[in-house]
Amino acid sequence: MSTSSPPSRRFGLPFRARLATTVGGAAGRASRLAGRGDGSVIGGVIGLRLKPDLLSLLARGRQVILVTGTNGKTTTTRLITAALGALGQQIASNAFGANMEAGLVAALAKAPDATLAVLEVDEKYMPAMLTATGARVVVLLNLSRDQMDRAAEIWMLARRWRAALAGAPGCRVIANADDPLVAWAAGQARQVTWVAAGQRWHDDSWCCPNCGSHLRRDGEDWYCGECPNRRPPVRWMLAGDEVIDPTGRSRPLDLALPGRANRSNAVVALAVAEVFGITASQAMGAVAQVRSVAGRYTQVERHGCALRLLLAKNPAGWLEALDILVPPPAPVLLAVNAQTPDGKDTSWLWDVDYRRLRGRPVFVAGERKLDLAVRLEADEVAFRMAGSVDEAIAMARSPSMEVIANYTAFQQIRAALGRVG
Amino acid sequence: MSEGEYRSGPAYRGPSAVRLVWVYPDLLSTYGDRGNLLVLARRARLRGFGVQIAEVNSDQRVPVDGDIYLLGGGEDLPQILAARRLAAGGGLAAAAARGAVIFAVCAGYQIVGTEFGGVEGEPVAGLGLLDIRSGRGERRGVGEIVADVDPALGAGRLTGFENHQGVTRRGPGAKPLATVVTGVGNGDGTEGAYGDRVVGTYLHGPALVRNPGLADMLLGWVAGSLPPVDPAQEGLVQQLRAERLAAQGAPA
Repeated sequence: MSTSSPPSRRFGLPFRARLATTVGGAAGRASRLAGRGDGSVIGGVIGLRLKPDLLSLLARGRQVILVTGTNGKTTTTRLITAALGALGQQIASNAFGANMEAGLVAALAKAPDATLAVLEVDEKYMPAMLTATGARVVVLLNLSRDQMDRAAEIWMLARRWRAALAGAPGCRVIANADDPLVAWAAGQARQVTWVAAGQRWHDDSWCCPNCGSHLRRDGEDWYCGECPNRRPPVRWMLAGDEVIDPTGRSRPLDLALPGRANRSNAVVALAVAEVFGITASQAMGAVAQVRSVAGRYTQVERHGCALRLLLAKNPAGWLEALDILVPPPAPVLLAVNAQTPDGKDTSWLWDVDYRRLRGRPVFVAGERKLDLAVRLEADEVAFRMAGSVDEAIAMARSPSMEVIANYTAFQQIRAALGRVG
Repeated sequence: MSEGEYRSGPAYRGPSAVRLVWVYPDLLSTYGDRGNLLVLARRARLRGFGVQIAEVNSDQRVPVDGDIYLLGGGEDLPQILAARRLAAGGGLAAAAARGAVIFAVCAGYQIVGTEFGGVEGEPVAGLGLLDIRSGRGERRGVGEIVADVDPALGAGRLTGFENHQGVTRRGPGAKPLATVVTGVGNGDGTEGAYGDRVVGTYLHGPALVRNPGLADMLLGWVAGSLPPVDPAQEGLVQQLRAERLAAQGAPA
């Protein structure tokens, strides 16, 4: 944001809000200059301190799209932004994953003239952010166990989502019909676009969120044997490598991003684009071209070894990441930390099935590599411990290596490689 | 995780194998609870025992002929449902009556007691297999916990992670499993409880991973005296244990 920008929406704000975004923006620049992150959050924090309802003021008069769920928020936010590019308008977005209130404030303050905003929001804060922004669209991707030492339990989250969406009749919900918890959370919303976006991780949805009975699954379909809760009829569908649009037309999803999870995110982006009158064929090109998101999926050359960086933060994310590994014999480096943003509890490692890594070179790194080592030992996966990425590269002597890391371990690796992507 | 030997179904037979029953992973498995099953299976195999595993979902009957039954953690609603179904089915109580070992963590620990706190903190009937009553405390206990096991059990010092809001009181039929060094536990300076062969703890999820002594105690109750594990097979676990205990300023 520039304080000397031409007359813009920001001047429609009350004085204190203008001051808050100006001071916040200056702090953000100072923070960037000091080399601390991209500077967006600190600006938002200071702005909110001066003006607690700043987010509502900044969101006023804009069409806001909120994107939430356990996994895929950052990528889907990026894909939606790409899809909406067809409108030719400026779009505000917290593209680097700062998804709490300060991050949303910073994203809107930075783009005062944008009439559209695509904002990823932390699962726990979605209801409050929905109220504050009066969002036009809310996207619900999935819900599964994640950082239980600091996040709310997921049945609880689903209940809060359900209540919030029931109380927002003007909001259109784009929801994954294949995730029973998500479907239940969107179940009382007035306007819903159901998307068959798939669900790879079933271990948090064996039971009906409505009545607690065991859910029955029959291929793609799921239903409760005891109450009327069942998978709703879908408008958009991911079918293998293809998307089926509301007219029934099927077309290939040739994405630059790898994996089933990203095809799923792309279909959701197409469903959001439809709300704004953009057809699948208009949106597809831009969506297909997105190739790296905040450093994720980036290919990096390091000492003659082509590294591919994959971020996975929880069991469902690890399952998706293991799915997209290139086949053996390419070595795999796993790195795990347990700092506050990662969750200080490494218990989740035991929810991931590592057995498919048997028979290929595996390296473990990160501040909690011993936890990982004990986990792999129990799954009878042979591995070696590495003190760093470079050490793993030296030991592997391979032209390429896949890297899967959780949040702060991923950031450390990016920093070591020179903040690539 | 639906492939391979992890889900081997409820049917098993074989005289020389340790029979492990994971009770209701569909309701009681919030964070790595599978770890306890994997650790018991591994430590039994390292002793040359066969292992048979049954994972029993809440729409299936709990077999009565298992050796060790595992109950994991869960949110309020699944916890209440699990207690109701286990009481109705009767399989776990029958197994306990014939002397099977039960190891229950977190929500499972509360379920095996006589009473626990429901969604609004209201009392909900437990299975009454362990003489404890649990209610809801003032604040959530979240973080690393270290506790020294009752010396009579010979299982050493516990290291784990707790994440609960429960407060648990013992009746005369239960003893504290351990004394808290750092952390919250039952809320009165003790951690967990045991009575006969039912053991419960607030160390959540994969509680046995960093506590091979506790895992061996349970296996020993089933198999008698255990041969020692080859030190080469135990180096990493001991390193992890030492690292975590040192991080809490409470060396092993």
